[in-house]
Amino acid sequence: MAKAQKLVQWEPHNIKEQLLEKYPPKVARKRAQQIMINEAQGNTTPEIVANVRTIPGIITMRGCTYAGCKGVIMGPTSDIVNLVHGPIGCSFYAWLTRRNQTDAINDTNANFITYCMSTDMQDSDIIFGGEKKLAAAVQEAYDLFHPKAIAIFATCPVGLIGDDIHAVAKKMKEHFGDCNVFAFSCEGYKGVSQSAGHHIANNQVFTHVVGKSETEKTDKYKINLLGEYNIGGDGFEIDRILEKCGIKNISTFSGNATYDKFASANQADLSCVMCHRSINYVADMLETKYGIPWIKVNFIGAEATAKSLRKIATYFGDQELIDKVEAVIAEEMPDVLAVQEQVYPRTKGKTAMLFVGGSRAHHYQELFNEMGMKTLSAGYEFGHRDDYEGRHVIPNLKVDADSRNIEEIEVEPDPLLYKPRKTEAELAELAKGGVTFKDYEGLNPDMEKGSLIIDDLNQYEAEKLVEIMKPDLFCAGIKEKYSIQKLGVPMKQLHSYDSGGPYAGFKGAINFYREIDRLVNSRVWSYMKAPWQENPELSATYVWE
Amino acid sequence: MLLRHTPKEITERSALMINPAKTCQPIGAMYASLGIQGCLPHSHGSQGCCAYHRSTLTRHYKEPISAATSSFTEGASVFGGQANLLQAIDNIFTVYEPEVIAVHTTCLSETIGDDLPQIFDKAKKEKKVPEGKTLIGAPTPSYVGSHVTGFSNMVKAMAALAEPSGKKNGKINIIPGWVEPSDMEEIKKLSATIGVNINMFPDTSGVLNGPLTGEYKMFPDAGAKIADIKDSGKAIGTLALGEWCSADAARLLDTKCKVPCSILDMPFGLKATDRFVDALRTVAGVTVPEEIMIERGKLVDMISDMHQYFYGKKVALVGDPDQVIAMTEFLVSIDMCPIHIVTGTPGKKFEERIHEITAPMGRKVNVRAKGDMFLLHQWIKNEAVDLIIGNTYCKYIARDEDLPYVRWGFPILDRQGHQHFPTVGYKGGLRLLEQILGVLLDRKDRDDPESKFELVL
Ligand code: SF4
Ligand code: SF4
Repeated sequence: MAKAQKLVQWEPHNIKEQLLEKYPPKVARKRAQQIMINEAQGNTTPEIVANVRTIPGIITMRGCTYAGCKGVIMGPTSDIVNLVHGPIGCSFYAWLTRRNQTDAINDTNANFITYCMSTDMQDSDIIFGGEKKLAAAVQEAYDLFHPKAIAIFATCPVGLIGDDIHAVAKKMKEHFGDCNVFAFSCEGYKGVSQSAGHHIANNQVFTHVVGKSETEKTDKYKINLLGEYNIGGDGFEIDRILEKCGIKNISTFSGNATYDKFASANQADLSCVMCHRSINYVADMLETKYGIPWIKVNFIGAEATAKSLRKIATYFGDQELIDKVEAVIAEEMPDVLAVQEQVYPRTKGKTAMLFVGGSRAHHYQELFNEMGMKTLSAGYEFGHRDDYEGRHVIPNLKVDADSRNIEEIEVEPDPLLYKPRKTEAELAELAKGGVTFKDYEGLNPDMEKGSLIIDDLNQYEAEKLVEIMKPDLFCAGIKEKYSIQKLGVPMKQLHSYDSGGPYAGFKGAINFYREIDRLVNSRVWSYMKAPWQENPELSATYVWE
Repeated sequence: MLLRHTPKEITERSALMINPAKTCQPIGAMYASLGIQGCLPHSHGSQGCCAYHRSTLTRHYKEPISAATSSFTEGASVFGGQANLLQAIDNIFTVYEPEVIAVHTTCLSETIGDDLPQIFDKAKKEKKVPEGKTLIGAPTPSYVGSHVTGFSNMVKAMAALAEPSGKKNGKINIIPGWVEPSDMEEIKKLSATIGVNINMFPDTSGVLNGPLTGEYKMFPDAGAKIADIKDSGKAIGTLALGEWCSADAARLLDTKCKVPCSILDMPFGLKATDRFVDALRTVAGVTVPEEIMIERGKLVDMISDMHQYFYGKKVALVGDPDQVIAMTEFLVSIDMCPIHIVTGTPGKKFEERIHEITAPMGRKVNVRAKGDMFLLHQWIKNEAVDLIIGNTYCKYIARDEDLPYVRWGFPILDRQGHQHFPTVGYKGGLRLLEQILGVLLDRKDRDDPESKFELVL
């Protein structure tokens, strides 16, 4: 590794070959379809295989369905008691480890985020069934905390022994009367990655919570922010900006979320989707059931933030709002540009690789662009084809056995609450003016031709890529962090940011510029070799002679 | 208040665990496996468990933790995971080329009843295991015991490799238990100083506290060698540190290879270290060198110098049984008062031992095996303490109750040092004392009125 040369020009096919070289033939065949060289083949657009099973024995970056459901979607909620039904581990590992921040504002508001609750199933529960224990645990949680809602999560053995968690939830809900209890069949083995868990979580929240609020939201410009998890305080910064513009985010799914925020999502006039992967179907359901149109936004990157704010303002169409948004952008940008200018000479021309989540590998490229950094290679840990190729491929996605596992819910216009926010004509007019609804372009169009786009990258390939291409920065998750760094390349976590944040919005962009500048220019990377290793030959004389 | 919902009033809970003081078996097995040279741990179940275990170990050790998984999906969960494991073994040996694959189960594969030995046989028959390479396996169902049990089960699987032999090799096996890489290093150093020829497994020193050099080796030149583990059957005796972590393996060596064993406490603090050193010198028939006496003397010296600041201070303590037992003894031995003690790992003996150790204090002590940190916090609310010792999750209690706090145990997610500086042995005792003193005196300096604020303490 130490001797690896920094090549001036890579030949992508050659790199791909090297990545596949060592695999047994069957594995190589499978991986070949998930490693895409970003170029059109004849008349077709680049196509990638994604959302397929992880290969046993190949060290993967992925987690499981439960992680997507409890960890990602429900984890950041503050006043819902999250109770994991299963042996202790799953609950323990999801305990505060994603750096979701919450602000319950004062000590009297409920905030359960620091609590880790589990039925801690024992072997007798596995043998005789755990429903009784679950019901008792729900009762104990209710008695201790009197929460508005209790969410139950099933882990692997629960599905196998057949505990009916939904029946327990229903029974307890009726029993309490003043506490909503609902359950998630998010056993780790369902689906091929976290993505299945997002789906399960969102469906249940949509079914059991959305539309249940009795308080009317009276703000003028009401939006939902979907797919934002308030890692490192991202959501706080986005809310700060929106508020400054006079836009009210009434419901974030699910950063710093509360029960009531979920419950009133149906009252928004626009849904803005941050992470397309984790939640795009909720946006669709909100539209179908309640008549709320949706747009894709991106608050990662200062330019992207400005663009997203303008999109929202254009949607609402009031000059007053449009002017306010411009004023806010004008006020915020100078600070951003000042820092950008400082770091630019130090980051310009540096290269990065991004292998994260299901939207982040795309979103963060905006920030790197702002610093003059190029993304050499990227891919998703649990993306689907539409995350790469754009939303238009969704109708062509084949439904395999693993996707069929995940319940799809059918929604219809709500007889009481459906209310189209805009007429067809208005929507068409907006579309003409450049507001694209219900769309997501995906990663591929933004990546350079000939760059490598790799789905479900694994540890072996990550090391190979780093060895061959020597990027200045690698972005992935905690599991990858130290093996990359041992190779002398800084690694930034982009799932939960190792430390620091927010990175969203204007202030976030400033934080990110500084953080990346720190990482790629840190002196530590020059210390890998001791002076005597640089010059191993012993010379006959020493300085004082 | 971060834990604002924790009430002072204690109600018995029969079903709900809140803020656990334990986690599940496989993570312990994974940690133990990393202490074998050239070993890739493998988690037989769905990939989520493996991802979680790797993440938590990574955050604790700040080192790469490689481990593979069988990546079960629904099909494997219904039809059994044999096909996945066979495929995994083949892929692992081809791509990563480890010397050993150490497979542990998860609650998923345990519930469906996958039989590791049978699958291993099949893998060997199908020539998926290259010549000279080793497969070991341990059942680690998460609904029994805790991460400590998983650690113990994997160490027992290592002991099962030992080959009985009439010829002795003159060595002493040391099974160090779940301690930090730095602690394992210290145990080796202590033994070497005393002049005892040891064979230690597992050994994570050099694996999980490695250097940064610009080169990455998935399998560093460290860890217990498989050949040595096999050789442990020829040892004169085994010293197993910690009943929960190490006793099963030691007893297996005894029954299988007739290597007699002695189960000691983990050498945290003065007395447990004394017993460890005494045992080493006795089995090896050597005298304790002066160097060790000086080290010991330094610890005693610090205890006497600073006794006024420990004396009578009340402590809340949480962690794994072997560690907590030794720590309780240490605290009592320096006249501190551990009064609320919790472990998450089940085991009747734990409460008995703690009561025995704390009896000389002559006061009521709250102890619970199978307890959780919610209960510990409630106890603290009912009777305040001067210090809390435990893993990183204690920081929430420490902040809410405004308590001096020493991080110790597993996991420590927000500080460094544990992988580099030992807390076992006399040296480790000094470090523990220094940490305890540091937080107590910082508190004193912070809280004293200006008139009482003194330069000399
Ligand atoms: S499913 Fe079982 S083995 Fe896996 S993390 Fe959860 S408790 Fe541990
Ligand atoms: S990109 Fe991934 S990790 Fe991030 S929010 Fe989306 S689904 Fe989650």
